[in-house]
Amino acid sequence: MSEQVTPIRRIAGTAVPVRGDDIDTDRIVPARFLKEVTFDNMGEYAFYDARRSEDGSLNDHPFNHYTGANVLVVNENFGCGSSREHAPQALMRWGIEAVVGESFAEIFADNCTSLGVPTVTLPADDVEWIQDRVEEDPDVAVEVDVEDEEVRVGDRTFKADVDPQEREMLLQGIWDTTALMRSNMDLVEEVYERLPYTSGYEE
Amino acid sequence: MSERTLYDKVWDRHAVKELPNGQTQLFVGLHLIHEVTSPQAFGMIEEKDLDVAYPDRTYATTDHIVPTHDLSRPFGDGQAEQMMQELEQNVKEYDIEFFDPDSGKQGIVHVIGPELGLTQPGMTIACGDSHTSTHGAFGNIGIGIGTSQIRDVLATQCIAMTKKDVRRIEWNGSLDTGVYAKDIVLKIIQELGVEGGIGYVYEYAGDTIEELGMEGRMSICNMSIEGGARAGYVNPDEKTYDWLEGREYAPTGDAWERAVEDWRSITSDPDAVYDDVVRFDADSLEPIVTWGINPGQSIGISETVPDPRDMESGDRATAEQALEHMDLEPGQMMKGVDVDVAFLGSCTNSRVSDLREAVRVIERMDGEVADGVRAFVVPGSQGVKRRAEEEGLDRVFESAGFGWRGAGCSMCLGMNPDQLEGRELCASSSNRNFIGRQGSKDGRTVLMSPAMVAAAAIEGEIVDVREVL
Repeated sequence: MSEQVTPIRRIAGTAVPVRGDDIDTDRIVPARFLKEVTFDNMGEYAFYDARRSEDGSLNDHPFNHYTGANVLVVNENFGCGSSREHAPQALMRWGIEAVVGESFAEIFADNCTSLGVPTVTLPADDVEWIQDRVEEDPDVAVEVDVEDEEVRVGDRTFKADVDPQEREMLLQGIWDTTALMRSNMDLVEEVYERLPYTSGYEE
Repeated sequence: MSERTLYDKVWDRHAVKELPNGQTQLFVGLHLIHEVTSPQAFGMIEEKDLDVAYPDRTYATTDHIVPTHDLSRPFGDGQAEQMMQELEQNVKEYDIEFFDPDSGKQGIVHVIGPELGLTQPGMTIACGDSHTSTHGAFGNIGIGIGTSQIRDVLATQCIAMTKKDVRRIEWNGSLDTGVYAKDIVLKIIQELGVEGGIGYVYEYAGDTIEELGMEGRMSICNMSIEGGARAGYVNPDEKTYDWLEGREYAPTGDAWERAVEDWRSITSDPDAVYDDVVRFDADSLEPIVTWGINPGQSIGISETVPDPRDMESGDRATAEQALEHMDLEPGQMMKGVDVDVAFLGSCTNSRVSDLREAVRVIERMDGEVADGVRAFVVPGSQGVKRRAEEEGLDRVFESAGFGWRGAGCSMCLGMNPDQLEGRELCASSSNRNFIGRQGSKDGRTVLMSPAMVAAAAIEGEIVDVREVL
């Protein structure tokens, strides 16, 4: 009884490069914007502080210039820090449909998968080449191919890595795991009954 | 892959089924929720017209947005009030036990879980907060999850996960006076990097870890995520059982005996197989402080700030950005750097033993908070606060000029009124020194142990706490 959803095989468009290792979730969405009880407005808060100068005016952050881009290109350990799903929600609602980088923090990558946003990894040199290329020509065509595990930029093709489970979920269109796991509730009940602590270790 | 470790044993007990995508459907034994990451998840299950599958396995509290000095309702911050009301409605509607400020049991979710005895060995524990790794100090798998995964737990009591590798991190030797669990974990992150733990769960072991009390072990497991590891744990031992016995939600009588017997069986076997082993020497460890904008950018208190020119390209760029943000120069010491704020709190270091150690420093220095320094203490829970007051710790803090507040996350992440202003530099016992973390986008954070925070507050600058103890 899993839900009908659309598989995600390829994402084509243009890219936005955000350079730097260890860009954390506080930078992606500052904590003060977590006080909203829905994710509806998160797109406005993507890189909110990083995009602004001391006087509050918009600075030269890529998110101020590459409007319309749908592929984010980042470096190492992107999304480290908190478990806030607000971070990928903000990026997604800003318009990001896939993230390409050297490596990702685990909870961030999981959260992206929950939203159907692929996180694809490439070696550092390839990522830097792509960032350079996009900075030279922001309109260059970029395609993230989850199925063939490739990233294509202009006329160049890079071999990429997609976590095997994440790839399966995206290709099968089953990243919404609720329905999938709800079909096993009889087995869940067995585990619940078997675990000694759910009854407080009473016999 | 690892074999016969605690992680393997606990994982196997909770594995429900392999999913078509290759992930495992894993049963969550204890689900903890708070006001910030849960309302959207309740919204999602309502949208799908689903119920909470096992309300008896979920407990709620409020920590991130609660003010620490005035709890009168409505809260001064309208958004905080709305978050609180949403949580109140959700726990009522779905029949979830809620430790609210009137219960006397409210506090940071990772402080109250163990304190109430909800956190036990052998469990899987999930919470929409990355510091859920804290609970691993009791010998369980504590996992931080996102909001869509909270939805999954509410609807199915399960999460879809891929099994990780296990890295054993062994510490042997004795800690010097003035050196603490916090320094151990900061050293691990300094050595292995903020991304070094990706793909791993950390098992902390060795005689140094065994010597630590439960609260020190919690500080270490707490910051596993800062090193990139989703979870970290210590095998349970007699200290674990002694600490838990008699707590409100711990088993009693014959059930307690059965529980301990069960817990002994889930520890890593002597011949367990690990995917990696790393060893550290505690004898040579000194107090650690951060100089940068992530928890891996740290040095020993006797060392000097590194020169980005000596680093590889990726690290260099981050280090240059860090030095500019922190207004520090390569070659300078952190000792002697002026502080504007001293924050003693957070799920890393806000427990009674942390406060006792800070008080010991204050008494030894026989001083008051330096002129121009804002210093305050935020106990991790109402329970910690009561205990500290019974011991008279609050009076020492207050007479030395520290603010004594109510329980919550407070200035660790500045979601309540406790925030840095402008470029203030904060000596902080918390876990993250990210840009903007403590509420001001230009604010600066230096992470250190609670004793180091107390000493910095009194001196008005960063000091080597070993010199005053």
